[in-house]
Amino acid sequence: MADSVYSAALGIRDSRVSHAPRHSLVVRITHWTGTLSFVALVISGFGIILSHPRFYWGETGGVGTPSLFDLPLPFMLGGPSGWGRYLHFQTAWVWVANLVIYVVSGMASRHFQNDLLPAKGASEWRRHLRFERPRPEEAHRYNVVQRITYLAVIFGLFPLLIWTGLAMSPALTSVWPWLVTMLGGHQSARTIHFFAAVALTLFVVVHVVMVWRAGFRQRVGAMITGNVGDMKEDA
Amino acid sequence: MSNIVSRRKWLTAGLTAAGGVAGLSAAAKLADRYGLIPPDWGGVWGPGETLTYACQRAIVTPHAMAREFNRSEVSKVAPVSGKPPKTDPYQRLLAGKFADWRIAIDGLVTRPAGFSLAELKRFPASTQITEQTCEEGWSFVAEWTGVRLSHVLSLVGVQPHARYVAAFSYDDGYDSLDMQDALHAQTLIAYGMNGRELTPDYGAPVRLKVPRQLGYKSLKFLSRLTVTDSMKNIGKGLGSWQPEGGYSWYAGI
Repeated sequence: MADSVYSAALGIRDSRVSHAPRHSLVVRITHWTGTLSFVALVISGFGIILSHPRFYWGETGGVGTPSLFDLPLPFMLGGPSGWGRYLHFQTAWVWVANLVIYVVSGMASRHFQNDLLPAKGASEWRRHLRFERPRPEEAHRYNVVQRITYLAVIFGLFPLLIWTGLAMSPALTSVWPWLVTMLGGHQSARTIHFFAAVALTLFVVVHVVMVWRAGFRQRVGAMITGNVGDMKEDA
Repeated sequence: MSNIVSRRKWLTAGLTAAGGVAGLSAAAKLADRYGLIPPDWGGVWGPGETLTYACQRAIVTPHAMAREFNRSEVSKVAPVSGKPPKTDPYQRLLAGKFADWRIAIDGLVTRPAGFSLAELKRFPASTQITEQTCEEGWSFVAEWTGVRLSHVLSLVGVQPHARYVAAFSYDDGYDSLDMQDALHAQTLIAYGMNGRELTPDYGAPVRLKVPRQLGYKSLKFLSRLTVTDSMKNIGKGLGSWQPEGGYSWYAGI
């Protein structure tokens, strides 16, 4: 019953089309691997910050030099930065491998062109910004605000996080000094890395709120099973 | 019919698994031969550490130089990390201005030797203005003067199967470098900092300077160097006192 309603609204004649999964298997697996990696990276990143919760701009900075800003946190020397660094770098490998799989598969399957590049004349963005619940037929595609945000995170924020992370490596900058000089120095790279991580965390918070508003069980279910499911079950 | 198909499937899966295990073990042997496995490869964090080390050894060429800076960029403040040891024999040597100090170099070398501070200073000096980055996040730029570790190693004659140079300090610390970092042109036994004698706070009489890795690899208060083909029998066998305290052996990050 619900299927035919969607099909009518989408103008889909062939009813088999609506049985295609909302999210492909690769998207679902990389979504949850990415989610776990994100949580581990945020926790470990916070652990690393606790050993020196001050930020600087330029090449150098430390205790005794002026800071850009101080986080209201204690200095915890020799504590969480050890396991924090191990966890951060190990998870970074998982996260980068996950991202490569997602991007390569997304390009091969034209997921980015078909589902994420903003469609011409898309106008649902006003309703999205007003936090209105999406119409049932919108459960099958992304609106323009989602599309732009996802693309900015995947192709803007993610590369920036990787770049600023690698820019802090004294070994890699010996081979590619531009990694860090283009950012204005080692401390600038660290500070930008922090802000990019904060931006990503904000994205995740807003993303979860939006999913909540749109129907948490149905949307999370779709990202696990691939199917949007019956709206009645959700209600 | 379906029986045959499922048997074929099992056979394929079994062969794939066996091939995978054999391939992995061959890859591990090959990786070890080419020096791509760090001493702290085991444990929960081993996979990440090994991946990082192996990839960086593939990317970072032996001749890639850590960034060098102008004298005007030398930091006015250089935070001290790790105070000099308060115990004998360090305090006795310090009181004698390290006149009685000698650094021993032994292990897989053809001519084991010991050098005094004055002897080290008579060797060709190398000066660099590089950034020292602490794992905690802070950093400073300083000028370091010393003798290249590669020069000292060439004097004692490193045997061909040597893989690591282990360093020991008066604060009971030890660490090790693989041969690529040990022979690197910027790896120094440093005795001078910002145009002056190295002070105890910064590692007197001499410290390692390894600018392509985090600051903690630049071990201070050196007492002895040992050339070895394995770190298994030194300390807990993890290559350094750092993994024993929860920090990675390889710190090129």
